[in-house]
Amino acid sequence: MENLVLQALSGLASASSLFLVAAGLTVIFGVSRIVNFAHGSFYMLGAYLAWTLVTTLPRGHLGFWGGVVAAALATGLIGLVVEVLLLRRIYRAPELFQLLATFGVVLIVQDLALLTWGAQDLLGPRAPGLRGGTEILGLRFPDYELFLIVVGPVVLGLLLLLFHRTRWGTLVRAATLDREMVGALGVNQRMLFTSVFFLGSVLAGLGGALQLPRESVNLHMDLSIITEAFVVVVVGGLGSLGGAALAALLIGELHAFGILVLPKITLVLVFLVMALVLVVRPHGLLGKAPGPAHGGAGSAEPVIGPAPRPLLWLGAAALATAVLLPLLAGDYALSVLTEFAIFVLFAASLHLIMGPGGMASFGHAAYFGLGAYGAALAAKWLAAPMLLGLAAAPFAAGLFGLLFGWFCVRLSGVYSAMLTLAFAQIAWSVAFQWVEVTGGDNGILGVWPDSWAAPKLVYYYLTLALCLGATLLLRRVIHAPFGFALRAQRDSALRAEAIGIDAFRTRWLAFALAAVMAGIAGGLFAYAKGSVFPTFLGIPRSVDALLMVLLGGVQTLSGPIIGALAYTGLQEQLVRLTDLWRLILGGIIVALVLFFPQGLAGAARARWEASRGDA
Amino acid sequence: MLSVTGLSAHYGRAHILDDVALEVGAGEVVVLLGRNGAGKSTTMKAIMGLVPPSAGSIRFLGQEIAGREPFEIARRGLGYVPEERRIFAELTVMENLEVGRRVAPPGTAPWTPERLFALFPSLGGMRDRPGGRMSGGEQQMLTIARTLMGNPRLVLLDEPSEGLAPVVVERMAKAIRALKAEGLSILLSEQNLHFARVVSDRAAIIEKGRIRWGGTIPELMAADAVREQYLSV
Repeated sequence: MENLVLQALSGLASASSLFLVAAGLTVIFGVSRIVNFAHGSFYMLGAYLAWTLVTTLPRGHLGFWGGVVAAALATGLIGLVVEVLLLRRIYRAPELFQLLATFGVVLIVQDLALLTWGAQDLLGPRAPGLRGGTEILGLRFPDYELFLIVVGPVVLGLLLLLFHRTRWGTLVRAATLDREMVGALGVNQRMLFTSVFFLGSVLAGLGGALQLPRESVNLHMDLSIITEAFVVVVVGGLGSLGGAALAALLIGELHAFGILVLPKITLVLVFLVMALVLVVRPHGLLGKAPGPAHGGAGSAEPVIGPAPRPLLWLGAAALATAVLLPLLAGDYALSVLTEFAIFVLFAASLHLIMGPGGMASFGHAAYFGLGAYGAALAAKWLAAPMLLGLAAAPFAAGLFGLLFGWFCVRLSGVYSAMLTLAFAQIAWSVAFQWVEVTGGDNGILGVWPDSWAAPKLVYYYLTLALCLGATLLLRRVIHAPFGFALRAQRDSALRAEAIGIDAFRTRWLAFALAAVMAGIAGGLFAYAKGSVFPTFLGIPRSVDALLMVLLGGVQTLSGPIIGALAYTGLQEQLVRLTDLWRLILGGIIVALVLFFPQGLAGAARARWEASRGDA
Repeated sequence: MLSVTGLSAHYGRAHILDDVALEVGAGEVVVLLGRNGAGKSTTMKAIMGLVPPSAGSIRFLGQEIAGREPFEIARRGLGYVPEERRIFAELTVMENLEVGRRVAPPGTAPWTPERLFALFPSLGGMRDRPGGRMSGGEQQMLTIARTLMGNPRLVLLDEPSEGLAPVVVERMAKAIRALKAEGLSILLSEQNLHFARVVSDRAAIIEKGRIRWGGTIPELMAADAVREQYLSV
């Protein structure tokens, strides 16, 4: 019994910290509608800055608490600079492009933090005055944790006062509901957004700085907290402060007790709960259905036409290169080319649901990975020959695509995207924790092609043929009646339903088809690498796919192809050339978002149309 | 006071406003009449900077405002009451008014919630009610009151009678006449001729994005052919 009470208390302490970060995220989202991936980076910066300040300032109360507060404010200033230099310019850009930009910031901050503070974990001092413990029911509980338990509700109270008792807060709440109208009433939205971003970043920085006495500061803090914070914000309901508090409490306690009750599935528990909440309440616990999108860019998506002649020639030339170049290439180049072909299909499959389908997926790697595991498990447990393994891949991926998709396509926008992420994380946790079957972190080794396909050149041609065929099939689908129905429900689900299109079924089938195609890519990848690992279904790979599609351009058919080639090629080259590849890649992504907001293919098309003078 | 010349606007490649010219003098109420989709709301939005004008000049109080941002235009004394009302549904009546509040230009009596409740008595009894839980008529009053809190010199009033019960339209007409008596200039857009003629001094008729006719209300009431061609449904 005593143990349970202490466990509950420690859950409360985690909930408090989580709430600080999630509150900042949800406040920023509420006003700017930006899904700020970089929020986790601000949290990490808060922790690092606090470490530097606290270890340099004189010891004692002033040094420690002054350092923590100064670190939070400094993080706020960094957030302010990011907002002014980057985000302010892209408020009218599509949601996913903003996400891409903030992800560029994540990459940049990672390398800058590495350069500044090094790769080693840093340990901070304990908080002066809170080093001891207090006896509760005969057991000692750390004072600092008790302090954290108090911090959460205090910050919540201050925020509620700020939002409900000040003019600034009233303006922020009004802007959350209809920012264009607030502007028409004479309020400078820019100042409002910047100040909100400052506040949100301060909260993230404070959350990070307060972790100093609890855990070591390291370079992985950003992505681990951002996933948790997203879960909290989405479970609570986007933009809802009270919802974030409630969800932080839920997730904090879930962590605390999950370890006691179900240690085997701790990783998956949080995502299971998120999936459950979203299935029952599609807008989170306290969230409301978003109103009409006033103030966004209300332009219609461009119509997809047949490719113009020069593009066909370009495609033919690319194809010829893809067929002929390998004859001259060595083994390493062949491996790279094989990966290119695989990622083109992977990106094209995601493009089907993102472009024509109008749905975002943060978890597309799940189907890539399920395909890879489908092939590898067939090879390992059934001793299946390669072709059977390759057939198992789309089968496994498609099956789960049908299952997960059935839930995901019912929601919209960020909620739907987060549910795809939840399912992907569930799939990842199973691959990671079900060691008996999947080998866990060690993966499954020895998934090699049959002897006839063992030469790298043969395997490359096999991959090229399958990926090319599948990619062309996807193009065909987009131009078929099914593709028209898909685009119709994207542009207006209501009107599409009114003319007899089953919007849900259309989206669902598109989702499953995309999963099948990603599965083919995954199966080919497994045999190309000879092994599969849980990272195949991890968040980074989902982000890769997202980046490829966005980089190329969502609303062009050649976008995913160009994006996949550009991104894979760029990353591969950068990793070889420099240790600071994240910094450079992040910089390139940010520059692309600022200067080519329609993606590479979109920009090329705009030029092409302008040069023909029919713009 | 407000002088619009050669105003054009596009949505994508579609021409939606073509060479629109309008004039509103100090203390004057001008009505922009036209059918659904004629370009009334777009004209209002273009003046307010919510739809970027592609050509033309908009002068307000002697200064060019075309191409300025909505908040700058609002700060110069141009108020905007949108057709869809766009009340902040989760904010109370008082909070809605607070969002609109701006310091009055020197030498003028500023609008206060109390003065506005005298103008729209039904609002006074629901100060703490969220905007989302009000009737359409009450919301329409609130959206006008909210804009007045900014102490504008001229108000763009987009179809204030739309969807309101006749008795509420009556009250709305009374309120607009009271505002005119206070010296406020108003550019009104309407489909409802009966409402428009009791509050306006002059009328302009818009059709397919172009101004087709302009004149005083008595002139319009005398020109049967014009009314027949552009306003009858």
